[in-house]
Amino acid sequence: MGLAFFYIAGAVTLFGAIGVVVTRNVVYAALFLLVSLAGVAGTFVLLYAEFLALVQVLIYGGAIIIVILFGLMLTRTSEYEASGEHRRWPLAALVSIGLFALLAYAFLADSALYNSSTREAISVEELGRELFEQWAVPFEIASIVLIVALIGAVVIGRASPEEDEPEPGPGSAPR
Amino acid sequence: MRARAGEVVVFGLIVAGLLGILGGLVLTVGALGNPERVTLVVVAQLATVLIVLFTLLAIVVLTLVWLERKQLARMQSRVGPTRVGPFGLLQPVADAIKLLMKEDVAPATSSKLLFFVAPLLVFVPAFVVWLTIPFARDVVVRSLDMGLFFFIAVSVLSIVGLVLAGWSSGSKYAVLGGIRAAAQLISYEIPIIMTVLTVAMLADSMSFVVVVEAQRTVPFIVLQPLGFIVFFVAGLAEVGRTPFDVYSAESEIVGGPFVEYSGAHWAIFFLAEYVNTFVIGAVAALLFLGGWSWPFGDLPAAAGVALFLGKTYLVVMMIFWVRATYPRLRIDQLMSLGWKVLIPLSFAVVVATAVQLFYDWPRWTLPVMSLAVLAVPVVMQLRMGRRRALAEARRYAERAVVVEAQPRPQRPQEAGA
Repeated sequence: MGLAFFYIAGAVTLFGAIGVVVTRNVVYAALFLLVSLAGVAGTFVLLYAEFLALVQVLIYGGAIIIVILFGLMLTRTSEYEASGEHRRWPLAALVSIGLFALLAYAFLADSALYNSSTREAISVEELGRELFEQWAVPFEIASIVLIVALIGAVVIGRASPEEDEPEPGPGSAPR
Repeated sequence: MRARAGEVVVFGLIVAGLLGILGGLVLTVGALGNPERVTLVVVAQLATVLIVLFTLLAIVVLTLVWLERKQLARMQSRVGPTRVGPFGLLQPVADAIKLLMKEDVAPATSSKLLFFVAPLLVFVPAFVVWLTIPFARDVVVRSLDMGLFFFIAVSVLSIVGLVLAGWSSGSKYAVLGGIRAAAQLISYEIPIIMTVLTVAMLADSMSFVVVVEAQRTVPFIVLQPLGFIVFFVAGLAEVGRTPFDVYSAESEIVGGPFVEYSGAHWAIFFLAEYVNTFVIGAVAALLFLGGWSWPFGDLPAAAGVALFLGKTYLVVMMIFWVRATYPRLRIDQLMSLGWKVLIPLSFAVVVATAVQLFYDWPRWTLPVMSLAVLAVPVVMQLRMGRRRALAEARRYAERAVVVEAQPRPQRPQEAGA
């Protein structure tokens, strides 16, 4: 039964992922992304990574998809109607096939790691301990990166005080 | 004939969408913790429970609608519904029948599939949360170790539904409402998460059952009053109740994401709003008011359920009370309340709790710290409120177009008299 659920989750993930690439409408693409990420969350559940599954739903399903939709609704999506037609698609295909091959090789080469039958749920407590004792430094670095990104977004997003004034002419000094 | 086939396809896709969302979430609930033991029997059981829950929730929503109308009426010196049934109790039923009989129209500019799937995306999460909410120690469908986190993660999904409802309507007001909903709900999600985190720290667990057991002697509202206030205000905003119903403001954007919906699909949004209100009431009762426990010893399960429901209705009635009292905020007031008041306060709550727990200070320091933190914005508001109001009044006076006072032309009757 677990295996059946794995195939269902995998099918949902693939269906969503293909939908993202195939559809012409960017809002539909965002939705397909949600479906795909939900499938990944299902896979996490099957791998006993409950916390990760819920984080996946919360961060990707909730926050990131909403931010994407927010961005799409604020921009003129009609300009991207034809985004399915671009000339460099062979390059994109090459890159994704290469990445897939690399990942497949990595997983197959280390398959012993992923085949252990004594798999058990890790409690949140253990996860927290591991994260804040063993991996405290990477965790803090990740926090700093996020803070930098946040401050950067505020700086870029903040209206400059000169915005109300007319555009500077070609002769004026660059700001 | 062609249009007919298209309709069938769209209908099929909607049903598939409902089954997909519902089935996925139910499977997840079933599989959390023991993915290999999930069998068709478990899924079938959950599905049956879900149908029972749906019926119960529909009844709860109908009573809530009646309660709200009666309570609002009392507070405004009216009598409220009286015509249908005793005390107007059947009025919501009549309303529901009316809604279901109405024609379900989709605007020509809408994208039909999303337009009909969006209400489901709002409703289903609101409803699946109930699978994990315990009514008493053993009266729970599925007690999860990460119940608090599940509640947060699943309730975020309904925001996507609101945004999509706004976008797919193909109407400017609806899009505006969708954007407002996204901004508002994401902003107020942060204080909710932080206060829930505080409770998890106090109880040393993320399971609803353990959290309630930890409040046997002292409910967390006594230990962390500020946490409850922040949770309550952010919860109000999260379900879009009146002081915070900015995204569906009738007088500004004529109903926001719901503007184009009618009939049964509007009813689904309506249902979801009340179910969400009840969820916030229930979670507040579990996290801060001690759920089914009280300080005077153990209660039998039935009494516990009654106590829990009583506390839930208390919070829900407080929500209605706030609706009767406060006018709607402006969108900028809403955002600045969220980001400049609630989020800093919620972080302060977490820090205060962490300090108390880490240094093992006596428990009474926690409410003291909590109230001290609460005093900061109150004092700031009192000191700045007057100055800001004066400055604003002066700005208005400068910009105001001064109309010379004209002597009122006398009407013939007055002149005659």
